[in-house]
Amino acid sequence: MSTSVLQVRDLKVTFATPLGPLVAVRGVDLDVSAGEMTAVVGESGSGKSVSFLAAMGLLPKSATIEGSVVLDGHQLVGASPKLMRSVRGRLMSMIFQDPLSALNPVHRIGAQIAEMLRAHQTMSERAARARAVELLEIVGIPQPGDRALQYPHEFSGGMRQRVVIAMAIANSPKLLIADEPTTALDVTVQAQILEVIQKVQAQFGTAVVLITHDLGVVARVCERVNVMYAGRVVERAAIHDIFDAPTHPYTRGLLASLPQAGVERLVPIAGFPPNMLRPPSGCAFRTRCAHAIDACGAGVPELRPQGESMTACIRSGELTVSA
Amino acid sequence: MLRFVIRRLAWAVPTLFLVTFLVYIALRIGTNPVESYKRINPRATPAKIQQYIDKNGLDPNYVRGYFRWLVNFVTLDWPRSIKGSREVWPQLKDALANTLRLGAAASVVGIFFGLMLGVYAALRPGGRRDVGVNTAAFVGISIPPYVSAILLQLLFAVYWSRWFGSTLFPTSGVYPPGHTGFNLLLMLKHMVLPVTVVAIQIIAVYARYMRSSLLDVLSSEYMRTARSKGISERRVLFKHGLRNALIPVVTIAALDVGSIVGGLIITENIFSYPGMGKYFLSSFGEGDFPLLMPWMVIIVASVLLFNLLADVSYAWLDPRIRLE
Amino acid sequence: MSNELVNSPAVRETAVPVVSPRRMAFNRFVSHKAAVVSVFVLAILVVFVALSPLTARYGVNQSVQAPPNSFLPPRANAWLGTDDIGRDLYSRLIYGVRVSLIIGLFSAIISVLIGCVVGAVAGFRGGRFDDVVMRVTDLFLAFPFLVTLLVMRNMLGAISWLTPIIGKVSSVRFIIVLFSIFGWMGVARIVRGQVLALKEREFIEAARAVGATRRYIVRRHLLPNSIGPIMVALTFSVVSAIIGESTLAFFGYGPQAGDGATSLGILVGQAKGAVNTGFWWLALFPCLTLVTIALTINFIGDALRDATDPRMQKDG
Repeated sequence: MSTSVLQVRDLKVTFATPLGPLVAVRGVDLDVSAGEMTAVVGESGSGKSVSFLAAMGLLPKSATIEGSVVLDGHQLVGASPKLMRSVRGRLMSMIFQDPLSALNPVHRIGAQIAEMLRAHQTMSERAARARAVELLEIVGIPQPGDRALQYPHEFSGGMRQRVVIAMAIANSPKLLIADEPTTALDVTVQAQILEVIQKVQAQFGTAVVLITHDLGVVARVCERVNVMYAGRVVERAAIHDIFDAPTHPYTRGLLASLPQAGVERLVPIAGFPPNMLRPPSGCAFRTRCAHAIDACGAGVPELRPQGESMTACIRSGELTVSA
Repeated sequence: MLRFVIRRLAWAVPTLFLVTFLVYIALRIGTNPVESYKRINPRATPAKIQQYIDKNGLDPNYVRGYFRWLVNFVTLDWPRSIKGSREVWPQLKDALANTLRLGAAASVVGIFFGLMLGVYAALRPGGRRDVGVNTAAFVGISIPPYVSAILLQLLFAVYWSRWFGSTLFPTSGVYPPGHTGFNLLLMLKHMVLPVTVVAIQIIAVYARYMRSSLLDVLSSEYMRTARSKGISERRVLFKHGLRNALIPVVTIAALDVGSIVGGLIITENIFSYPGMGKYFLSSFGEGDFPLLMPWMVIIVASVLLFNLLADVSYAWLDPRIRLE
Repeated sequence: MSNELVNSPAVRETAVPVVSPRRMAFNRFVSHKAAVVSVFVLAILVVFVALSPLTARYGVNQSVQAPPNSFLPPRANAWLGTDDIGRDLYSRLIYGVRVSLIIGLFSAIISVLIGCVVGAVAGFRGGRFDDVVMRVTDLFLAFPFLVTLLVMRNMLGAISWLTPIIGKVSSVRFIIVLFSIFGWMGVARIVRGQVLALKEREFIEAARAVGATRRYIVRRHLLPNSIGPIMVALTFSVVSAIIGESTLAFFGYGPQAGDGATSLGILVGQAKGAVNTGFWWLALFPCLTLVTIALTINFIGDALRDATDPRMQKDG
């Protein structure tokens, strides 16, 4: 078994809102091994981003975080600000969905990357700038020496995301969290960015968590997939098992709803995503599940093994597996 | 960047002419210079009146008159005041110096403390100190300067001397009456109250600007990115937060400072401070065209200059603007 | 099958009440305690002033008693003291506030009307018109307020053919016109900014796609969505007009309708003389009233701004 870079156990995140406490993450278990690319898939509101923002310690003060997040041996939940600062950008980095707003508009990008380097390594400004240019080259920015002196608004969307990636891997972190990195980009650019991420992964040995709602993206590059629904992981499997033999009704619903050539009518999942202020008791998916029985409302199902995968459906054994 | 500045300058010059022309028209219509002259000098001969009209460019044709005035102005051949034919520049110079001193002191103090308070409040939004600062700033901008001036005068001039026998801070003039020569301590003592009055307003306004701008910036995505880099919180605040938050504030400050030369009229009046305000009021009241026009030119030039400066500083601070 | 699911007990159990944007804005406003208090204070003041013949104890030009009656400190028959010719300050304050409120309200309303039209057109059309409007208002607003005020006042007053329309220099009508001329520029800028921000939103694009005319879009989409900033601009216009009026009065240029009529500004203006002579009530009460009015309206405007801030509405 390869070394585990990130272990998340029973992670809970509660937000204090004017309408009452909102539990966005209701007990997430997750493992990421060194050098592998894991996907976390789910709809908006499933808690996928919040889980990792919590791990990074980037949530506002109104959020309460419970459970355990161990990164390379460090416990991140309840860690001191000093520890978090030393971990962020060095052991673990995060890239976000919109690269334009993620970059500071008034600083040159070379300087922004250099800042990342000098935050965790002792380097002169000049050495950091030089290294920044190298990093730009790695992520495929042409004329990196000139472009390092430019400002974010002078780059196109895809280029900007490359810059963000360069910044994130500047200190060779063990883990890179990519939160919907391709959602804001054109389809052709999406493929390029995924390639960049793969290249960087190979070159630096970084484990990558790819957070997305797009199964197509997942199929290209990931080895393992965690499916999240209503603040919990409901299925965890290897990439082939997810597509060939999904064990949770939600995953099956997701796959069935993908547009397919030759199929005329789209098949959506019935019902609506749950309101996280008052989630359903028991299995949160039961309000939309064709196979729900009374027992589904009894208690929140835990992940159990089902073949090669882990699933949180109490009826997974009985339900026929469809391709 | 240089092209940007040159283009703005190119705009500023014709604007200067246009605005002074409009001012010229407004003053001619509003203060009726010829009548004012006749009123102050009832025994002036028709020849003298005509001379006055010529020197001041008061031809019946506004455009021709303006150019005549402009030529005289630019060649420094300034007509004298209608009262006693006094030279304009010495009076104007003193008034300008006094007001600049007052304005500069109040601006520096006000903007500095205002910005600090704004940052102080924005760091814990909604908390007690934020509410405190916000409310205080609010009260500050709701009290017109002359109300605070009057109340301060009441306090320091009337009651202080009643209770303590002597005045702590003088409430009028640059120096005590009859004083000659330069005395820094006395001058400072006389400046305390007027500067306080002006500074209160400035602090209140800038505290709120800074607070709101900083709050805006603090909730931006790039702040989250900056934090995710693991740099110190102080660096996040200064290099990322403040650097961006200052952009709109600096721009506004540049514009404000530009209008301060003529913006202290009330405060100067209440504290009998012989500055540009007093100069304006007395010359405006008399309809003294030769005194008024140079005053106006200084105001207009100051406003346009600082407008330009505001534009330039905005472009310098925010690279997104430069490429326009 | 999907219908059954939508109405199943499990789904109903998880329903959360829907809150309309108007309600949300109202809730946000109400959470500003200072603003709520201000609304009450202001309401009381307005009612008091509106019922002036009843609430004032004396006429605006009426002496409290036979001489000696000047400069009497607060007492039973003159709650706030008397002025230089023995008139009751309390009553004069009520009548004065009425005049000032009228000036403030009317000039603000006219400013907002003009400003909305100009700002919306400038923002929506852009181009040369927008450029010109921006530069002109920029420059105008950059000049020292009092200087432009006094110069404009004199200039407008001297143009004889305007007088029948806008009234004599010392009339309330003239002052309202004067402040409207100043006020619309600030409002226009605010509205323009809002229109510029909204112009790029998808619902405008959608409206255009179905063939809506420009005028329709402005009227039906842009302006209603700008209500928030417009209301805020309105409140601040009122304050600046009231304070502006008192500034004018300070220099003796206030509304002089003759036969003793007064305004808040005139009363405050007399405060200066009262300081040196020690007649504190003539300074304190008018100033206090002015500050209270300014403060309450400012609080309300500020809370309105927070309540209608589009930034808050996009609850991420």
